[in-house]
Amino acid sequence: MSSALDHDASSATGTATRGDASTALELELRHVQKAYPGSRQPAIPDLSLTVPAGEVCILVGPSGSGKTTAMRLINRMIPLTGGDILLGGRSVLERPETELRREIGYVIQQVGLFPHQTVRDNIATVPRLLGWPKDRIEHRVRELLELISLDPDEVGDRYPHQLSGGQRQRVGVARALAADPPLLLMDEPFGAIDPINRASLQDGFLALQERVRKTVVFVTHDIDEAIKMGDRIAILREGGTLAQYATPAEILDHPADAFVADFIGADRALKRLGLASLADVTLRPLNGDQPAGDLPVSTSVRDALAAVLAAGGRPLRVLEPDGGVRGLATLEAIGHVLGGAGELDGTGRPPARGQP
Amino acid sequence: MNPPVLIAAGGGGPIIPNFGGNGHAYACEQANRLFCWGWFSHNWSGTLWPALRQHVVLVLIAVAIGFAISMLLALLAHRFRPVEQPVIAFTSFLYTIPSLALFELLIPVPGLGLSRATAEVALVAYTLLILFRNILAGLRNVPADVLDAARGMGMSHRQMLWRVELPLALPAIIAGLRIATVSTVALATIAALVDNEGLGVPILSGINDYYFKTELIAAGALTVLLAVAADGMLVGVQRLLTPWSRGRAA
Ligand SMILES: Nc1ncnc2c1ncn2[C@@H]1O[C@H](COP(=O)(O)OP(=O)(O)OP(=O)(O)O)[C@@H](O)[C@H]1O
Ligand SMILES: [Mg+2]
Repeated sequence: MSSALDHDASSATGTATRGDASTALELELRHVQKAYPGSRQPAIPDLSLTVPAGEVCILVGPSGSGKTTAMRLINRMIPLTGGDILLGGRSVLERPETELRREIGYVIQQVGLFPHQTVRDNIATVPRLLGWPKDRIEHRVRELLELISLDPDEVGDRYPHQLSGGQRQRVGVARALAADPPLLLMDEPFGAIDPINRASLQDGFLALQERVRKTVVFVTHDIDEAIKMGDRIAILREGGTLAQYATPAEILDHPADAFVADFIGADRALKRLGLASLADVTLRPLNGDQPAGDLPVSTSVRDALAAVLAAGGRPLRVLEPDGGVRGLATLEAIGHVLGGAGELDGTGRPPARGQP
Repeated sequence: MNPPVLIAAGGGGPIIPNFGGNGHAYACEQANRLFCWGWFSHNWSGTLWPALRQHVVLVLIAVAIGFAISMLLALLAHRFRPVEQPVIAFTSFLYTIPSLALFELLIPVPGLGLSRATAEVALVAYTLLILFRNILAGLRNVPADVLDAARGMGMSHRQMLWRVELPLALPAIIAGLRIATVSTVALATIAALVDNEGLGVPILSGINDYYFKTELIAAGALTVLLAVAADGMLVGVQRLLTPWSRGRAA
C-alpha cells in the first residue's frame, strides 16, 4: 500500500534519480566528546548515535544543547576532543579537512551564499574545487536548478541579492548537493523563513530527499519540523546529552522521560494523529448511514478529526483514490486509533533499517 | 602676498614670458591679465604636457609601490592580528610628518639626494596608512557566514583568500586607492622641490612670479583635472570588477 503520508504527492513516487541512493553513507558518532577551551563543562560529554545511510536524522533540543556543535564536529569545522566519527565506516579524523568537507554537503542557517557570484557560480563551488571539467559542471548546475524548481535561464545568472529569501535557501541546498555528497549537514536551514514559505521549503526538501536519498543530519529547535522531516529524531537536553533517539512515532508514543514528554508538548496525541492517515484507521462499514461529507483516504487522522468535529461529530465517508468508498470515519474510530497508537505503521515513510 | 620661499631646489628655471618682440602677440601678458590663453597654448607642448606626463608617472609609481607594500602588510595583519597595531602606529607616524619636512629629511640620505627616488619614497610613505587600513577593513568585513560556508565547503586558506575574501574586499580596496591616488596627485606637486619634474615645476615657478599668474593657474588646474580623471577611472574600474554590486541599493 502506497502510504498516504507521502509529503509531496506529485513527485514522491519519483521514478527519477533513485540511482543516487548508492552514494549515501552511514554516519556513526562514537562516544563523541567536545569541550570548548576555557569552559568548565563539555558542550557534549558523550554522544553516540548512528544514522543509517539514506535517512534523515533530526537533531532537536533547547538552545545551547549542543546541536550545532554536534553537527560541526562531523565535518570538522570544530575539532573533536574525544571519541570518533565514522562516515561510511571510515574515521573523519584520518582524512585531510578540505577533502572531507568537499565530500559533505553543508547548509548553514544564514545560507552564506557568495554575494559576488551568480547563482550558477555559487552552485558550482565544490565541483570547481574538485576540478570537474567545465561541461560536466554546467550540466550539473542546470540539473540542480531544475531539482530545486528554479529556471536555470531565468535565475542562473542572478546574484544572491536578487533572490527571495526562500529562493536563496533553495540555492544553498543545491550548492550543498552539487558534488553529490553522501552526507548532507543542515543547520536550521529554514529557521529564518516565514511559516508559509517554510512549510513549502520543507515539502520541497522532502520531495528532493525522496529522489536523492542522502544521509542527512538536520538541526532544528522546532519539534514540529522534526516530526515532519525526520526518519529519526535525536532529542538533546541541556548539557549536551541525548535524551532519546528514535523514530517520530516512537517518540510520540513512548517518550523516554518527562523531559522528552515536556519537549514534544502536551498535544503529542494530536501530533501523533498527524503522522497517521485514514488508511491506518479501522473504519466503520457504511451501513446506510447518512455521512456529512467525504474525505480522501490520504487525509491525515488529525485533519480527519478536525473535519468530523467541524461536521458536529457526524461521521464522514472515506473515499479511495479511484472514488470507491472505503468506509466511515467516526469519532469513535478515530478515538480508537489514539488508544492503540503504538500499533500504527508509523510515519508512512520508508521504514528505517532494522525495522520490520 | 609673501614672496615664496620654496624656490631653492626648484631649479627648473621659471618659464619667463617673453615680453620682447612683437608687442601685439603678448598684449595679454603685458596687460597682466589673470589668465592668458595665448601663453597656455604656446607652452602646452613644450612645458605643460611634459610636466603632466611626468606627474602621471610619479603618481603611478608611488601608488603602485604603496599598494604592493600595503597589500602585503594587510594580508599579514589579516592572518596574524598582532601585526596590525605596529603597522598602524608606524604608517600613522609617517602620515603625520609634514611633507616639506619629509622631503628635507630624505635629501641627506645616501643614494637619495635630489632625485626621483627621494620623491617616490616620500609619496609612497604617505599612501601606506590609507591603503593598509582600507585593505584590512575590506578583508575583515567579509561576512562571517560567507567565510563559514566557504570553509565548510572545503576551501583552503589560499582559495578562500583569492575566491572569496579579496573579491569581496574590492570595493574597500578601490575606495582606498581612490583616496591615495587623489592625495598623491596633489602631494606630488611638492615633489618638484627635490625632483625637478611634474606639475610642481610650473606651479613653483608660477608662485615665484609675482605678477604673471597664468602658469600657476594652468598647472594648478591641470593637477585638479588629473586628480578628477584618475578618480573617475578608478570608479570605472570598480564598476567593471564588481558587477555584483551594480544596481544594488547604495
Ligand atoms: N566557540 C565556542 N566556545 C565556547 N563555548 C561554545 C562555543 N560554541 C558553543 N559553545 C557552547 O556550547 C554549548 C552548545 O552550543 P551550540 O551552539 O552547539 O548549541 P545549539 O544547540 O546549537 O543552540 P541553538 O539552538 O541556540 O543554536 C552552549 O553552552 C554554548 O555556549
Ligand atoms: Mg545552533
